[in-house]
Amino acid sequence: MTYFLVVGVTVAVFAILALSLNIIAGYAGQPHLGQAAFFGLGAYTAAILSTRYGVSFWLDLPAALIVAGLVGVILGVISLRLARDFLAITTIGINFVMVAIFQYVPFFGGAMGIPAIPSPAIAGHEFGYRDFFVTAVVLVIMVAALSAYLERTWFGAALKAIKDDEQAAAAVGIQVASYKIAAFVLGTALAGLAGGFYAHFMSVVTPNGFGFPVSVSILSMLVFGGLGTIRGALAGAVLLGIMPEVFRFISNYRLLVYGFLLLFMVRFQPQGIVGEDSWLVHQIGRLAGSLRTGGARRDTAGG
Amino acid sequence: MFIPSLVNGITMGSIYALMALGLSLVYGILRILDVANAGAYTLGAYVGVTVFRLTGSWWIALVAGAAVAASLGFILQRFFYVPILASGPIIPLIASIGVFTALEEAYRLIFGPYIIEFPARVPLPDIHVAGVPVRGVQLLIILVAVVVLVGTWYVLGHTRMGLAWRATAQDAEVAQAMGIDARRVTGWNFLLGYALAAVAGVLVSINYDAVYPTMGDMPAYKMLAIIVLGGLGNPLGTIAASLLIGLVETFVAAYVGFLLPRDSIAFVALIIILLVRPQGIFTRGAVAK
Repeated sequence: MTYFLVVGVTVAVFAILALSLNIIAGYAGQPHLGQAAFFGLGAYTAAILSTRYGVSFWLDLPAALIVAGLVGVILGVISLRLARDFLAITTIGINFVMVAIFQYVPFFGGAMGIPAIPSPAIAGHEFGYRDFFVTAVVLVIMVAALSAYLERTWFGAALKAIKDDEQAAAAVGIQVASYKIAAFVLGTALAGLAGGFYAHFMSVVTPNGFGFPVSVSILSMLVFGGLGTIRGALAGAVLLGIMPEVFRFISNYRLLVYGFLLLFMVRFQPQGIVGEDSWLVHQIGRLAGSLRTGGARRDTAGG
Repeated sequence: MFIPSLVNGITMGSIYALMALGLSLVYGILRILDVANAGAYTLGAYVGVTVFRLTGSWWIALVAGAAVAASLGFILQRFFYVPILASGPIIPLIASIGVFTALEEAYRLIFGPYIIEFPARVPLPDIHVAGVPVRGVQLLIILVAVVVLVGTWYVLGHTRMGLAWRATAQDAEVAQAMGIDARRVTGWNFLLGYALAAVAGVLVSINYDAVYPTMGDMPAYKMLAIIVLGGLGNPLGTIAASLLIGLVETFVAAYVGFLLPRDSIAFVALIIILLVRPQGIFTRGAVAK
């Protein structure tokens, strides 16, 4: 049972990360390959506040959100100045530099990271695996609900317009700069939130936990599920999150399978497994149509 | 300390130039960031060391490594990259990361996770420059880099193939309307780009006497920083940026000392320079989009 809860919490954390990246890369269409840096910023903020200053989980979680979001402002401002591919590589650079800072600046605890991060507690009851899992699921629901809300607001519509054609968006009076920065701030802040939670769950943070490969995993989940959709972010996090567990029996070939899966996925289904206009969504739509049932249910196999 | 740093810096810069040039050529035509190019670097090293053990000849190893890697590049572009170009820049990048991950795993599974020695002897003597020893391998690296880079400059600037490349890089549709076969240009582009990476891989592994599955990790991303500094898709700028980064890394490590590890210098430089000059250092005129 503990095993399933641990996998469940990890999947939930990655679901938040995929949703957070979806705001930047999916809605606003900005390439961002360094989301793990902000995940790490949130984690280190929570770790430092709780171990050195005795700040409780309930206060350092918002702090993690704010610190990551503030650094996200910088990234947002940078994004205004750079053409797309330059931005993509700069975000990779930010990820590498951030990990190097965690690793080499003594304040962040060096290669060993920061250990002994206390578990959260409510009224004297210390969190167990079950409590972590429930909290994680609640956070996922909150972030997904926020995303769903955004999609319906002027903010979401403006981001979509910027994604489709920045100049056209500016021409119809959308404040491109402010909306872009807002998307970066929101997306990175939510990654920070995930980091703060994850730090308490793991009880230790190390630089390697937030390296560029983690950013790639987050982006892969999002693209695998379907860039720009909430269901895509969730399905991607669940499927790719449990895949290492499912493939444990061929553990030696795991990354090989993962690499090929990613390659063939984007080759033959670049819109993601449940993204807009994907094969699966079409099939479900047809099935639902032929059954004439109103509420078609989506089956994200194994979720 | 100055002369050894200079020699090391130029050697590193030459290696970077060989690798980054291929990446830059590919970007110039397809506008994709091809991380898998570093997989060709490692592939070249492994094919090279295998052929070297069979034949005992460093140059047959070099040619074999380049040939196998070039074939990989050709297959990748024809069957994977070109068909997904329409889905925007992020999708091919993810595909290339998938390829790179799978390749590194394949090397580990086939050749084992440990370091394999590459004890090739090159025909150049160890010499002394101003009293500082320069190894034959270093000379060979610099020599090969100069030959390849001058060759590329000549081909790009003075041949029909180069003209076709420049035309396609500038505007693929117009180039095609003028009768240029973009498919062929792209194919050649990948053959050359992957062969160059493999040549770098063979030379580096002879230099350090080591071949291992993850040797492409650092180059995979550092080369991206370098091609941006060079002004994306600008081959000559890329060569200049490679030498610059090779020298800056070596001199900073030797003289200044730096809080962060050597491999992050390229990225710190990238971030600072992009903030000052968003179009890259060696870009003239229009910004690459």
